[in-house]
Amino acid sequence: MSSQLMDRQPQPSEAPLPPAKAVRKAFSSPFSSLLVVVLTVLWTIPTLGLLVTSVRPKQDVADSGWWTFFTHPDATLANYHTVLFEGGFGVSGGLMPYLVNSLAISVPATVFPLVIAAMAAYALAWVPFRGSDTLFFLIFALQVVPLQMTLIPLLQLFSGGAHVGGATIVPALNLSGTYAPVWLAHTMFALPLATFLLHNFISQLPRDLMEAAVVDGASHFKIFRSIVLPLCTPALASFAIFQFLWVWNDLLVALTFAGGTPEVAPMTVRLAQLSGSFGGHWELLTAGAFLSMIVPLLVFFALQRYFVRGLLSGSVKG
Amino acid sequence: MNIRLNVRLRNRLLVVPAVLGLSLAAACSNSSSGGGGSTGAATLSGSCAKYQPYAGHAGTKVTMFASILSPESDSLEKSWAEFSSCTGIKISYEGSNDFESQLPVRVGGGNVPDFAIIPQPGLLAQMVKTGKVVKPPAQTVANENQWNPVWKSYGSVNGTFYAAPMSANMKSLVWYSPKAFTQAGYQVPKTWADLMALSDKIAKAGANGGKPWCGGIGSGTATGWPATDWLEEVVLGSQGGDVYDQWVSHKVKFGDPQIAQAMQTVAGWMQNPAWVNGGIGDVKSIATTTFQDAGAPILTGKCSMLQQASFYEAQWPKGTKIAPDGDIFAFQLPAVNPSVATPVEGGGEFLAAFSDRPEVQAVQNYLSTADWASSRVKVASGWVSANQGVDKSLYTDPIDQLSANALTNPAATFRFDASDLMPAAVGSGQEWKSLTAWFAEGKSIQQVSSDIDAAWPQ
Amino acid sequence: MLLTGATQLAGSGSAGALLADSGWNDVAVKLGNSVGAIAGFLGVLLVVFFAAGRATGRFGRPLAIGIFLGPALLLLLVGLVVPLVRTVFLSFYSDDSKRFLGGKNYSWALTTDSVHQVLLNTLLWLVVAPFLATGLGLLLALWVDRMRGQTVYKSLIFMPMAISLVGASIIWKFVYDARDSAQNQIGLLSQTVIWLGWKHPPNWILSHPLNNFLLMAVMIWVQTGFAMVVLSAAIKAIPDEVTEAARLDGAGGLRLFWYVTVPMIRTTLVVVLTTVMIVTLKAFDIVRTMTGGNFGTQVLANEMYSQSFVQFNVGRGSALAVILFLAVLPLVGYNIVQLRKERATR
Repeated sequence: MSSQLMDRQPQPSEAPLPPAKAVRKAFSSPFSSLLVVVLTVLWTIPTLGLLVTSVRPKQDVADSGWWTFFTHPDATLANYHTVLFEGGFGVSGGLMPYLVNSLAISVPATVFPLVIAAMAAYALAWVPFRGSDTLFFLIFALQVVPLQMTLIPLLQLFSGGAHVGGATIVPALNLSGTYAPVWLAHTMFALPLATFLLHNFISQLPRDLMEAAVVDGASHFKIFRSIVLPLCTPALASFAIFQFLWVWNDLLVALTFAGGTPEVAPMTVRLAQLSGSFGGHWELLTAGAFLSMIVPLLVFFALQRYFVRGLLSGSVKG
Repeated sequence: MNIRLNVRLRNRLLVVPAVLGLSLAAACSNSSSGGGGSTGAATLSGSCAKYQPYAGHAGTKVTMFASILSPESDSLEKSWAEFSSCTGIKISYEGSNDFESQLPVRVGGGNVPDFAIIPQPGLLAQMVKTGKVVKPPAQTVANENQWNPVWKSYGSVNGTFYAAPMSANMKSLVWYSPKAFTQAGYQVPKTWADLMALSDKIAKAGANGGKPWCGGIGSGTATGWPATDWLEEVVLGSQGGDVYDQWVSHKVKFGDPQIAQAMQTVAGWMQNPAWVNGGIGDVKSIATTTFQDAGAPILTGKCSMLQQASFYEAQWPKGTKIAPDGDIFAFQLPAVNPSVATPVEGGGEFLAAFSDRPEVQAVQNYLSTADWASSRVKVASGWVSANQGVDKSLYTDPIDQLSANALTNPAATFRFDASDLMPAAVGSGQEWKSLTAWFAEGKSIQQVSSDIDAAWPQ
Repeated sequence: MLLTGATQLAGSGSAGALLADSGWNDVAVKLGNSVGAIAGFLGVLLVVFFAAGRATGRFGRPLAIGIFLGPALLLLLVGLVVPLVRTVFLSFYSDDSKRFLGGKNYSWALTTDSVHQVLLNTLLWLVVAPFLATGLGLLLALWVDRMRGQTVYKSLIFMPMAISLVGASIIWKFVYDARDSAQNQIGLLSQTVIWLGWKHPPNWILSHPLNNFLLMAVMIWVQTGFAMVVLSAAIKAIPDEVTEAARLDGAGGLRLFWYVTVPMIRTTLVVVLTTVMIVTLKAFDIVRTMTGGNFGTQVLANEMYSQSFVQFNVGRGSALAVILFLAVLPLVGYNIVQLRKERATR
């Protein structure tokens, strides 16, 4: 309230604040800073509990709360050793093969939808044709399809191909045991949101620039490659982060299309198996869960500066 | 001993690079459909000679999908390791705790494994309905004399035999601490009345805040199944096998007075606030405690007894002495109604095949033999075979011996787990849910039974 | 005996070395496969682009549209449209898809008590979780940007996004776990209220209807960081001139926020809200892993999954799925109307 008054009668001696900051200033006070700190602490505590639990011996985990660790520190890295390298989880090499699988699944499943959606978004935004708007909205609306209902038809397609009457449209692909079905499924599920977000960004690119390129005789393919993609990097990067996180953390798609063998199954599938068979071994589960967080966190920190330019900045009128 | 070990070792060392090369080749050519290099039915010699009937499929691979997870699945894999290395048939095993929902998804989607180890005859029937389950080869059928006829019937659907029984577990057990019993001067009860009197006695004594019973029905998405076991034990032990069978086929409904009476008995036992939930909390805490964690208070003396199946043995911490005079042991749950002769409720697993490729049939034949069953028994304890060809002296673990004796006792009233026999909509759906609500939310018996009856498929 | 042990040890040693070797080979093959797939995909695209770029004249434009849109449309058709049609079809049939039942599956869904509870819970989730997550995200976005060390705060609040829901359910077990008051607590929530003087805290996960909100807290915990990061970017992108003009008109902080900032980021707000809502509606992992849908916490997405795949009530499960996407449709419709308006003004 008081800051509002202050803003109305600015002191002439004060240098004027940049306006965006004025809004924030109205919302900032020692009180709000305190709230941010409190919220941040609240948001971090559960994860801290996970980290602490993962370095405690089994008996401690079962008998006392993890916070007692700070008064009776008794740390061990044995849990991590067991999870990573020993056959403690019944597989030679522990979690390592699954970590590799997660990586091998996530990277292509991020790149494919990104490129395909960018192409579609460009066509919908800059190569208008009859019904292109409607098509765009239809694609956006497809977000509502519950993923669970697509599992059986997709599996049927991957394993049996597609037939209409007696004619084979798509032959049986025989992809089981490879990553391909997981990549394809993730690509399909990501397309509506990706097309929508990238369209928001791409349609805001400066019209002059595009027209100049057309006048120069550049084909759509050249414009897409040398103008659109470079200018879209921030939007692509921020969507890439979300898609990567989503794929890395997904359980249902991986379980259905990859299965649970060490050849193809990712970390999440393994963790879910472990929480089933090691119901009591919380110290090992927490170590496994913490390990599965490390890669996505690294990705986030490596790419987070792109957020400054923003996932959706394109959707703000300017 | 030494010689055999060396042979096995050499085999392993030879096999590892071969497998490595194979998998590399497979990975590079991506989706080549496994060219079975015709090595011919080579004559197997030495320790491999006994696998001669299964020879001729070297370099092939079969896939197996099941709900059994590590460490139990490790023992399974070990049990056929020698078979694999001698015959060259690789068995690629996958365990999932989402087996019951993943199997229908994969079968529906055409991405079927070669084998599924199915613990519920009800689920087996559903799978047979899809038309994808393949009838077993003659040799597997010929092994029928290995099983008690009733076991063969659980592996059959509408009178046709599909799946050979593998393991059997004994559900009618009560875990307790012999040490604590001796210390307090308690006797192992022989009748239901004794059991109830003992419970009362322990509750009244209330030593260090303890209660006679503890329990947990939490099991992730399958939460509620241990409660179905309690109800089944009581139905079988009070009404006998005939009513039990009619109940399974829904001729006797959950709302029937006989079942309602059984539910009353369960309520007086596992929902008695003075008796449960030792070392954990109140009656409701049974719903949030995982079945794995439920027995832990017995070790600290805060709880005296836990009704759980023989496979609960794996849950005791390493170093716990499991013996009639040890830290932990189990006794057979007595019949509620003394006129029912030794009720034994059991569970088990059945091997269903979804393919009739020769190597699949070879594996199917092998896994139905007493040889394989004996091999599995030798790997580790905590596993009892449904196969009567297994020499009982092979069981070294006292709980395994106890279970094996009970399961083969000709005088016993043996029945398979009812919820596993019922249609999935009830047996792995509404019954779990409603019994959980019974414990957690205190719903009335009438409400619970009418909810379950309503879910029975028309 | 000793000798046997030694042989065994040596054996397992060399087997271990072999395994380690095969481990690294394995890594190389797997990552090679995935890098190869990406390279192949991009390579094919480049060739197509190059070839199609030559085409000019009458076919140039349709060809370009076809190549740009084709892959996306094909994948969407196969992956989402066909299953959608199939689900609607199944929802009118019996479980073996042979008998036509008309609206029987729907009337089952709308008249069964347990399904009412599910619908009510789903509605509750839909209202509470997205609005709280977006609201908190907006406040944080406004507050955090002027604080020193904002990256640290932002990263910590965003961190739950990096955790799989399987991991999250393990984490939150150590918050909600409740034990008898005579025992040591291992759940943080129970311990906290005991420290605050509540002697016998309830078993949280069992306390209906509180447990619904406890599960929602997990969703809010995960999604707030997403809302904050996106909204913060949107706020930063508001051109200074706009706010400046409003300021010259005498608008102060709060008014500036309400009449300038909020309208300027409205599209972003709506998109964030919708995205979180859709995630909320579809999310079944939290409920599935933490309560399995018991104790009165069941939601539509999980009920649909268990009806279809565990209980073989395919028709009923499909009907629930149709209800689910009918429920989300108005949200998407609202978004589309907003977008159209915005386009018209551009």
